Order: sequence, then structure tokens, then C-alpha cells
Amino acid sequence: MSGSLVIRGGRVVDPTQELDGPADILIEGGRVTACGPATDPPDGVGELDAAGLVVAPGLIDMHVHLREPGQEYKETIETGTLAAAAGGFTAVACMPNTEPVNDDPSLTEFMLKHAERAGWARVYPIAAVSRGLEGRELTEFGAQRRAGAVAVSDDGRPVWSAALMRQALRYARHFDLPVIQHAEELALSGDGVMHEGRFSTRLGVEGIPGAADDVMVSRDLLLTADTGGRYHLAHMSTARSLDLIRAARADGHRVTCEVSAHHLLLTDEDVFDSGLDPNFKMHPPLRSAADREALVGGLADGSIDAIASDHAPHHPDEKELDFVASPNGIIGLETTLSLCLDRLVSQGVIGLARLVELLSTAPARILGVPGGSLAPGSPGDVTLIDLEREVEVDPATFRSRSRNTPFAGWELRGAPAGTVVGGRVIELS
Amino acid sequence: MSEPVWQRGDLLGVAELSTAEILHVLDTAESFVEVAARPIKKVPTLRGKTVINLFFEPSTRTSSSFEIAEKRLSADNINFSTSSSSLSKGETLLDTARNLEAMAPDLVVIRHAHPRVPHALAERIAAGVINAGDGAHEHPTQALLDAFTIRRRKGRVEGLKIAIVGDVAHSRVVRSNVLCLTRLGADVTVAGPRTMMPEEPESLGARVVYSLEEAIEGADVVMMLRVQLERQARASFPSEREYFEFFGLTAERLRGARDEAIIMHPGPINRGIEIASDVADGPWSVILEQVANGVAVRMAVLYLLAGAKSGADGTMP
Repeated sequence: MSGSLVIRGGRVVDPTQELDGPADILIEGGRVTACGPATDPPDGVGELDAAGLVVAPGLIDMHVHLREPGQEYKETIETGTLAAAAGGFTAVACMPNTEPVNDDPSLTEFMLKHAERAGWARVYPIAAVSRGLEGRELTEFGAQRRAGAVAVSDDGRPVWSAALMRQALRYARHFDLPVIQHAEELALSGDGVMHEGRFSTRLGVEGIPGAADDVMVSRDLLLTADTGGRYHLAHMSTARSLDLIRAARADGHRVTCEVSAHHLLLTDEDVFDSGLDPNFKMHPPLRSAADREALVGGLADGSIDAIASDHAPHHPDEKELDFVASPNGIIGLETTLSLCLDRLVSQGVIGLARLVELLSTAPARILGVPGGSLAPGSPGDVTLIDLEREVEVDPATFRSRSRNTPFAGWELRGAPAGTVVGGRVIELS
Repeated sequence: MSEPVWQRGDLLGVAELSTAEILHVLDTAESFVEVAARPIKKVPTLRGKTVINLFFEPSTRTSSSFEIAEKRLSADNINFSTSSSSLSKGETLLDTARNLEAMAPDLVVIRHAHPRVPHALAERIAAGVINAGDGAHEHPTQALLDAFTIRRRKGRVEGLKIAIVGDVAHSRVVRSNVLCLTRLGADVTVAGPRTMMPEEPESLGARVVYSLEEAIEGADVVMMLRVQLERQARASFPSEREYFEFFGLTAERLRGARDEAIIMHPGPINRGIEIASDVADGPWSVILEQVANGVAVRMAVLYLLAGAKSGADGTMP
């Protein structure tokens, strides 16, 4: 029977039920119907043996670039969602900076149709805040919501106009959509290509000061307070931005934030040590060691809501340009979970339940999508995790169409062991 | 027999060089100085060697200095510049490298606006690579010729007080010079307006001050950097007049330096902006000696690299 399954013998980690222990999960008609001690499944329901594995609510990567339509040579909806499944994600939210830009419901419909046809993972399109990402006119938030969009963002660029941001925060309230901001004051980031600090100084490289992020975050938080809107800060990279978020939340404003695995694990010193390898180039840039430590602290103390990959595929030829000329961004769908397990959970920075919250429960809550839980009634989306499996990051084996990662060669303990979407076991081709 | 001091096939930056290697280049350059005084200014050292000069950024001074050095060593040289070359921005490094390899050069001299392009190219081609300036990162032959000029004038570099003044943030000359001169034991101070200083400037390895007077107090060597006029657009300084007023080197300000302090400048100079004409043309200016020594130092570098690549069959003049 399609969409029905019993997952037996695993260690279920579900922060929404404060559950961490042996349990079986029964999925019927695509939804979880039981989560608890072993039950006899109805006849004909398939079994999945999860002995020795962690069973978590399906992981959701809330910040992904799938590149389709328009840049299929970098990634497609098919390959991007396959990479998601291989990386342990049952759903991804995809950014609107495609060609054409997702500033029209027909694009959202196109993405959903292709995602369904591919069938590897759920896709939640994020609509553009402004037409053409030009920062001038709002898009049709209502029509986009109806078509299936879950948030609005001009990611890749900031919503630079304070007036437009104010209107977006106000208007998005009608549809309960979060406004996801790529916070960057362009006048401050200028021609910068890496974090401005001692290493950019030694390399003679144009720097991007932390203030480029902080000034924009600060402005946005004032506008959030002013409008009562819902603001989500994408790929937060600095200690000061984190402090600003903490203060705004303490004041009761509706703000959330995500960090990427690379900002948690790498710094500008790694850019220096790499000899300006283009696989270490992204926006915002890898920041200072002090920033990185602050972000790790924010994970542990709960100030940071989510971890997202900011999966940004670029063709190998584009990363064969020199550091300054090459495009921003690295991929992460197939590395994020193992990186977090090895460098955060194994190191004792956070517990496994907190990681599940960061990668599943919180993204579902922020985007207002089903999932993030294995309580009865939740969608039958499950990620299986093998905490013992040792993997070496080898870009040649990636399912993604691109290879741009700074983590090649890293040896990591802990890896995805399979996904289930709507009760259907995803068999990787 | 001991290992030869020089075994490098590339000269990418001063950062990679040991003190012994720097001194070896300077010592080698000494023997090339007198070639310029001969009636026939040519030695057969690099006969049959092909050198490609690849300038992705406009340069007159450095490219002609390399070209003269190559010709005086009897190398066959070819110049590519962005205006006359199909090797353009947007081509991948691998394609650039393959195109160069196809021409089978022995040495490639490269200038590029982006940091570490010469390093990336050196990893991809068999020919020796000389960095003739990569963005604001390094300019090793400039630093070597500056050290050479100081040593010839002062007899030593060790223990000298050296001030470098100007747009420190955007200068490759300052980065290579601080590395080179501190390695040779000099006491180096950098100075400039705060708007022209990079973040954490102390990480360059020199003392940092923000006034010209303080920088040149007791200095044996004062090196002025070229003000790049287009920087005004970035609000690095309000006007040329104001720059000269506060950071221009005048005879009066120079009184704070040691007697017989020498004045250096990598050129081309902006008279009346970073340096007054009477100082640039005065008795302690070694600016034109730098240009002359540049040829000898570049001959030394070309000679050493060609020898390292081919198994050292070149003969000294």
C-alpha cells in the first residue's frame, strides 16, 4: 500500500514530543498515525528496519538554490532534490533568483510540478519580494501564497530600499509570510570578496566589513518593530548581528534567524590558508574566528533558530576562475548533516535533539509548512541517521550537478541513512 | 657539496622567500649592474629561452623593465597585454594555462589585478612564473629592487629605520616591502591616512602610525607610495591639496628624518601630491636609481629561475 509504512527498531529523536528513545513509527496514507512502542501494523504495510539508526522527523533545508529554470547547467530541480535526498533532507525551500526570477505564481507552479515529477523531496518555493529582484515593486504575495510559496525573499541581493522593506513586512502580514532577508548594505560591501580583517589585509584583498551585514540587520529590525511583520535573517554571519537578533527577540518582535554550516565551521583564516580557493568564496563571507565562536554559542543557547545549507551550485568552470572573478556560493545539501553530526553533536556543542530542532522543527515552524515532528497527524516524512558511519567528503560522488565545496576530503562520523517522504521510502538511483 | 641556495622555479611573493634567498637575489643582481654600462648591453645567458610577458593590467614601468632585462639576457620575449590579447577576463585559469603551455615558454611574467592569479597559474603550468604584481597583494621584484637600492646606498638594510607612507590598503608595494625589509632586519613603519589603512594593519608586520611626521622621525629611508587619484571616488581622501598638506613629503617635513636619509618612490610620481618636486629631484632622492636597479634585479631573477628550471646551465656574465 503506497504511503504506508512501519519503521521499526530505531531510536526516535523528536524534540516536539521530547522523545529520545526506542519507538516505532506507523505511517498510513502518507501521515504518521502512531509513534510509540511496537504495534502490529495492519496487513500489507511495508516494514523498514531502523535498528541501530536514529529516526528523526524529515530534515528541511530552508535555504537552497535549485537554479531551475534558467541555469540548468549548474543544477536542476531533479538533481537538486536528488542531492537533498542523498543528504538526508525530505524537503527544501528554494530561493527565487532563477532565470526568470520567481516573481510570478506561474514560476512557483512550474517548480512544484517539476519537484513532484522528480519525487525525491518536497520543494517549497520562496517567492521574490520585488519584481525581477530589482527592489522597486512588490510581487503578488497573495497569489504566490495561493500557488504554494511559503515565504518571500530577494536572496542573493538585499531588499535595499528601506521603504520597500517596510511595505513588504506590512503586506506579508496578510498572508503570514516571513520576509527572508539577505542582509547586506551594498555601499559597505562594495567590491569586497572576503571578510575584512587581518587576512584580507595580508592578502591585499578587498574586504567586506561585518558592518555591511550589521547595518542592514539593524535597519530591518527597526522596521520589523515598526510594522509588526515577521522577519527571518538568512545566513547570519556576525557576532553583532546575533546580538541584534537577541535584543529584538527580547523585545518581543517576530524575528528568526538561520546560520549555514560553513559559517559555523570555517573562518577567514581558512580562506587565507586555502590560497584563495574559489570554493571558499560566498556571501556573506566566512567571518572572523570571534564571529564563528559567537555563532556556535548562539546555537547552543537557543538564540539561533535554524541551520540551512545555502546550497548554491556553480559549474566547475565558474569556480576555475580566480577567487575575485568567480561567483559567490558553495553547495551543502550533501555535506550539512554529516558536518553537523561530526563537528557539533560529536563535539558536544549541541545535543542530537537540538540538531533535529535546528534542521527540521524550526524550519517547519518558520516557513509554516507541515513536518518537523513525528507526532500522530504529522506528514510521514522521516530522516534516518547512522551516527557511526564514517564518510569522507568526495565531490565526485555528489548527486548535485555541481562540485563547489570547501569540505572536500573532510573525514566525518555520522551520515544520512535514508529518507521517507509521505510514507514512501526514497530509493536513490 | 652544500645545497644551492636558489632552487625555486617560480617567484610568486616575498612571503615564500627565506632571508638567504633574498640575499642571494641581491648578490646575484650585483653582477648584472655593470651590464648596463657596457657598450654592448647584452649577455648570452638566456639565449634560446622564451619569456612571455603577460600583463592583464596596464603597466609601462614594470613591463618595460622586464622587457629590457630579458633582452639584455638574450631571451626571446613576447608581450601580451589585455588590449592586444585574446587572453581576457572571463577565461578560466585552466584555459589560460593551456594556451600558454601550447607556446612552450620557459618563463612567464604575469601582472594581474586580482590577488594570487600568478600563484594559481604557477600550479597549472610547467614554465617558471614571475609575479609582476597581483592586485594589492605582492610585487616581489619591486621589493627586491628596493632592498637592493637601499643596500647599495646604505651598505646594509639591517638596523635601518624605514618609513613607508601612503595608500597602504591598496598597495602591493607596501606588502612585499614590509615582508622583505623586515626579513632583512630593518625597522619598518607604515603610515597613511586612516581611510587608506586596511583593517588590523599591524598584521602586515610593521609598526603603524597615522602621521607623516611621526613615521619619518629619525628615518634612514623614506619611501613614498603613489596616490592613486581614482581613490578619491571612494572617499579615501577629500582632495589632492589636502593630501599634500598632511601627507605630502616636503623638504621641511624631511628635516625630521636622519641626515642623509634617502627618498624612494616606486613611480610614477605625482609631483605636488605625495611628494614635492624639490624633494623628488633633490640630492637624497634615489628614485631613478630604483629604476636602473630594477633592470639588474629582474635580470638576476630571470637568470636564477631559468637556471632552476633547466638545471642551471646559464653562465654568469
